[in-house]
Amino acid sequence: MSIAWWKWLSALTVLITLIVGLKAPLSPGIPAVSPDKLDYGATSVTITGYNTHFEEASSSLQVWLKNGDAIFCPYEMAVVDENTMRVSFSITEVIDGAFFDLYLNNDLDGTLFLPMAFLQSGMEVGLNPDKTEDCRKEITVTEAATYDFPNQPILNETIRNILVHVPSWFAMIFVMLLSLIYSIRFLNSSKMKFDAGAETAAHVGLLFAFIGLATGSIWARFTWGAWWVSDPRLNGAAMGVLVYLAYFVLKSSINDKEKSARLGAVYNIFAFTMMILFVMVLPRMTESLHPGVGGNPAFSQYDIDDNLRLVFYPAVIGWIGMAVWIFDVRYRMTKLRYRELLGNDE
Amino acid sequence: MVDSVWEETKEAGSIKFRSPCSFDCLSNIPILSIPNTHRPIPFHIFIPDMWSEAKSIIAKDLRMEWRQRHAIGSVFLYIIASVFVAYLGFRQIASVPVWNALFWIIVLFAAFNAASRSFASESDGRRLYLYSLASAEAVVIGKMVYNAILLLVMVFVGFAIYALMLGTSPLAEANWGALILALALGAIGLAFTLTLVSALASQTDNNLGMMAILGLPVILPLLLILMRFSKNAIDGIAWSVNAIYAWQLLAVLLLSVGLSYILFPYLWRE
Repeated sequence: MSIAWWKWLSALTVLITLIVGLKAPLSPGIPAVSPDKLDYGATSVTITGYNTHFEEASSSLQVWLKNGDAIFCPYEMAVVDENTMRVSFSITEVIDGAFFDLYLNNDLDGTLFLPMAFLQSGMEVGLNPDKTEDCRKEITVTEAATYDFPNQPILNETIRNILVHVPSWFAMIFVMLLSLIYSIRFLNSSKMKFDAGAETAAHVGLLFAFIGLATGSIWARFTWGAWWVSDPRLNGAAMGVLVYLAYFVLKSSINDKEKSARLGAVYNIFAFTMMILFVMVLPRMTESLHPGVGGNPAFSQYDIDDNLRLVFYPAVIGWIGMAVWIFDVRYRMTKLRYRELLGNDE
Repeated sequence: MVDSVWEETKEAGSIKFRSPCSFDCLSNIPILSIPNTHRPIPFHIFIPDMWSEAKSIIAKDLRMEWRQRHAIGSVFLYIIASVFVAYLGFRQIASVPVWNALFWIIVLFAAFNAASRSFASESDGRRLYLYSLASAEAVVIGKMVYNAILLLVMVFVGFAIYALMLGTSPLAEANWGALILALALGAIGLAFTLTLVSALASQTDNNLGMMAILGLPVILPLLLILMRFSKNAIDGIAWSVNAIYAWQLLAVLLLSVGLSYILFPYLWRE
């Protein structure tokens, strides 16, 4: 039992990261404003906060817009409840860009930021924008007292998915790598147990690929608005699944065990190389919606903070451990079956 | 001194050949190297002898193709018929992306059709004969080059027919140098990648079906780069922007050559 410690550890890690990942609150943020357009002259808008304390910290509450270097403050501000407030802006100046970034600051929530919150309408956009005076009062910098996850504008609560979606793909790549290694060992030694290892690893990898596809699809629905979008990274993932399905079709279509093992191993090596090329290399060279691709940030400071990182890295290790555990159990089962059939496990 | 020793032994009537080792050294004498496909690690020296073997395989395939002209005719008929069906369906295509995508889809299936013949057409007896004559590496290189020649002809002829039937209006601003490079690299890339797949599929019972199942996912990366490259070429986008795709194609091409070279001996052992 002493050698099984890593299995229990990884199971425990997965469990703890899932619980923490679902229980930890989100840090305060501004998910929405309505309307999202500012007219020339006076406009009054509603700001909806999330986990914010507008009422409790109303004395220190201040809101401002940023456009280029210019800062605009509202002439009127009314707090409705903890998460809702109405503000009115009056903008008649020549502005620098078409979008206004929204900032909000109070003692309890710190500074909140919604990039490109408002689109201008009917204003004059010019190369020489008018200067405005800095109308902000003293800005408080609050360190978060509680343990929370970052609140990103489009992601909102779905950011927790990073603890399931990303580790499942890492685990899939890891197990597929195992499958590749077993295939190479089979070709070098012609021992049937290595072929069984390759097939089992591909099975487990496919399971994790399906988890990754399902969670990714749900994530896409709530951030990009569709269950599936045509994107290099997504197409690559779909192709990876297709390749391994083809691998199983190939293996099952040949009755001669030795021949099926040999053809399967050759195809596995060929397919893995192409999959890595397609999933890891090519998407980095083109535009993509998916994080970590085409210059999109993924794990930078901007996207995930230390709180999330503290759960994310153990989750990755735990998921890989679970995948290897499942593989180990199935591999031993297959070897036992072989032994029953052939009398040895070669 | 040495001479005197030599003389002595000669006089004695028996030649004693002294060397630092005795019988074990027989293994050092270079004998004709027999292709050994059972070696565990497939990293061999690229022997120049392989080229002549590969060349004779290409020559043999070309001669066979010429003797069975109806067989090669069927490949060309396939591409002509598909283009004609596309013509009946579309008449003229003005949009560049559709024009380009349809062309590569037709070429893809024609390439599957052509490549699937490269090993399936060899009978078991002839395969054994080839096996005893040439090394596995020579066979796969020969087959790959032969397929590349076949597909090059097919792609350029197909392109001419396709342009003729479905309209040349999308080609008005084409960057011809880049387009011809795209066609050539595409044909060679498809041929190289599909040769190994065809070798795999030929060993199963259901050659054509298996070819599609195994080949399509593997060929996708190549096809996507190819479509983007040739679409940019047709749009007349500058070479400086487009060169990256050519390099990517070349990389995929080299990768598939390397993989085929390493992996094919294991398939050929049968």
